[in-house]
Amino acid sequence: MSELIPTIIAKYNYWIYITLMMIGLYAMIAKNNLVKKIVGMNIFQTAIILYYVSIGVKKGATIPISTGGHGAAHEAVHAADYLNPLPHVLMLTAIVVGVATLGVALALCLRIYSRYNTLEEDEILAQIRKK
Amino acid sequence: MSQQYPAILVIVPLLSAFAISIAGWVNKRLCFPIIVTALSVVVYASIGLLLTVLEKGVVIYHLGGWPPPVGIAYYVDHLNGLVLVVVASVALLNVIAAKKSIEQEFPDKAAPFYTLYILMVTGLLGIVVTGDAFNLYVLLEIAALTGYGLLAMGEERAQLSSLNYLYMGTIGACFYLLGVGYLYIVTGSLNMMDIARLLPPLYQSKAVLAAFIICMVGVWLKMAFFPLHSWLPNAYTHATSAASSLIAPLVTKVMVYVMIRLILTIFTPEFAFATMALNNVVVWLAVIAIVMGAILALAERNLKKMLTFIIVAEVGYMVGGAWLGNRAGMTGAILHIVNDALMTLCVFLVVGNIVYKVKGYAFEDLQGLFRKMPFTMGAFVVGAMSIIGVPPTCGFFSKWYLILGALQAGHYGFVAALIFSSLVSVVLFFRIFEICYYEPFSDHHGHDHPPEPMDEAPLLMVVPLLIVAVILILVGLYTGDIVNHIIKFAIPEGLV
Repeated sequence: MSELIPTIIAKYNYWIYITLMMIGLYAMIAKNNLVKKIVGMNIFQTAIILYYVSIGVKKGATIPISTGGHGAAHEAVHAADYLNPLPHVLMLTAIVVGVATLGVALALCLRIYSRYNTLEEDEILAQIRKK
Repeated sequence: MSQQYPAILVIVPLLSAFAISIAGWVNKRLCFPIIVTALSVVVYASIGLLLTVLEKGVVIYHLGGWPPPVGIAYYVDHLNGLVLVVVASVALLNVIAAKKSIEQEFPDKAAPFYTLYILMVTGLLGIVVTGDAFNLYVLLEIAALTGYGLLAMGEERAQLSSLNYLYMGTIGACFYLLGVGYLYIVTGSLNMMDIARLLPPLYQSKAVLAAFIICMVGVWLKMAFFPLHSWLPNAYTHATSAASSLIAPLVTKVMVYVMIRLILTIFTPEFAFATMALNNVVVWLAVIAIVMGAILALAERNLKKMLTFIIVAEVGYMVGGAWLGNRAGMTGAILHIVNDALMTLCVFLVVGNIVYKVKGYAFEDLQGLFRKMPFTMGAFVVGAMSIIGVPPTCGFFSKWYLILGALQAGHYGFVAALIFSSLVSVVLFFRIFEICYYEPFSDHHGHDHPPEPMDEAPLLMVVPLLIVAVILILVGLYTGDIVNHIIKFAIPEGLV
């Protein structure tokens, strides 16, 4: 047990993202309301975004902006002094994808609501079964 | 010009998507010529690319002139060269065949439909052509998001089915992204070739193991591999025929391609089959997929839904074949990507024609169709024979390679599943033939020469369908050439 806690703390970012992911997954599986499922889906996506952002971090490093300007571009850059910007840049794209998915999902919900007058999954399924 | 083919494959459909949505405001009649022109260019470029690959070997295209690993590289070898041609030609044939049914089902929304359609083709072509693991994720989501939109433009339950697909598809893509993240942590690269170069010393690492399994689960979700298939049948059944005949042949097959690319290029067969020792488990999963797909198809009284369960079984064929871990099995899986795309297109185009004329696809609606739509049903027979696996059609040959691979691997369960599913397909399709052929109309008068009540779908729908049916037989006849000149080089030599 005494060895377990330091391992958990040393890798706390992984634990946070896994916990968030599971919360999202739980909402998608267990919730009955379609919008709540979408919220769960968004938490799931955000967990992965946080995970990516966290892996770019280095101890004692600063933001990845070269101070020398254009003229100093050929000067040696110590990679260890800067955060890794690549995962952050990747996540800009992933955020856009997440927003687009959310938009499509909500648009589908709107159409479903206008047809069935409810967003509760069991009520919708009951209406479908009645037909 | 010919050096730019890989970029043309993605740029032309992407830009024409804008052109189509603008043309939709000006004059709706412009949309169709634009999409056909764009897709013809894509088909031309993909064939040109395949010929270049056959002649000179692998094509690596640096997008924007940035060399990898910094820039995104498009990487085309024999494997994706072949898949590109299939994706492009299926998309072109389908859009021509779908024009009439789009005009019939939603004339006001033709422009948005064509825009989404070509964006989806952009995504699918991009997935196949790209050599960058993260770029693949973005294109995966482009294809998926447009797919949700296309599938939702259907009958009453389409939106709900599409939303369910969206939940599952998003989880699948997220899993893939997570796996790529682990790969990035251990290698620091996103370029597939670069990752493959850096990975071998790291095969024992648990992070690589996690990356592989997470990526696989994500891709399986996207391709509806059996326990993860629940979204597929409803989403494809409730969509309009124009959308489902694009998505059903291509999406699952492109995802199988991604799986094979992950196994062959990124992780290499040595890792996937030797280090992991997972293949037996996956092949048994595939066996369950095939058997359950066949049984669930047997339970349906609805042509379109029955075909969607056949897709679930076919995905089992390809996953099982790829995971047998030998050359014959992999050949069968790659050949089956081509064949299954074509035969699924064939049968779904038939459904499109039937829906156009009969306005239904339940078994009761199919009575007397052989007399009414002889050409459509003729093509249906060819497609059905191919799915069953009758020799001159292409379905036989991929099944042959799959069974050969299973025998070499000593996996008799997979052989049994393939044969079982073929027998069930015989039952499935001959049941439909019987309904379409023998059951007469109720208003039968008993004259000696009753007027032929032929009511075939329009020429624009029938001709592409007949072309597909002919291609099914031609691909079957030229299987030897495809295997010896293309697929042989797609599989690394280490895999025997």
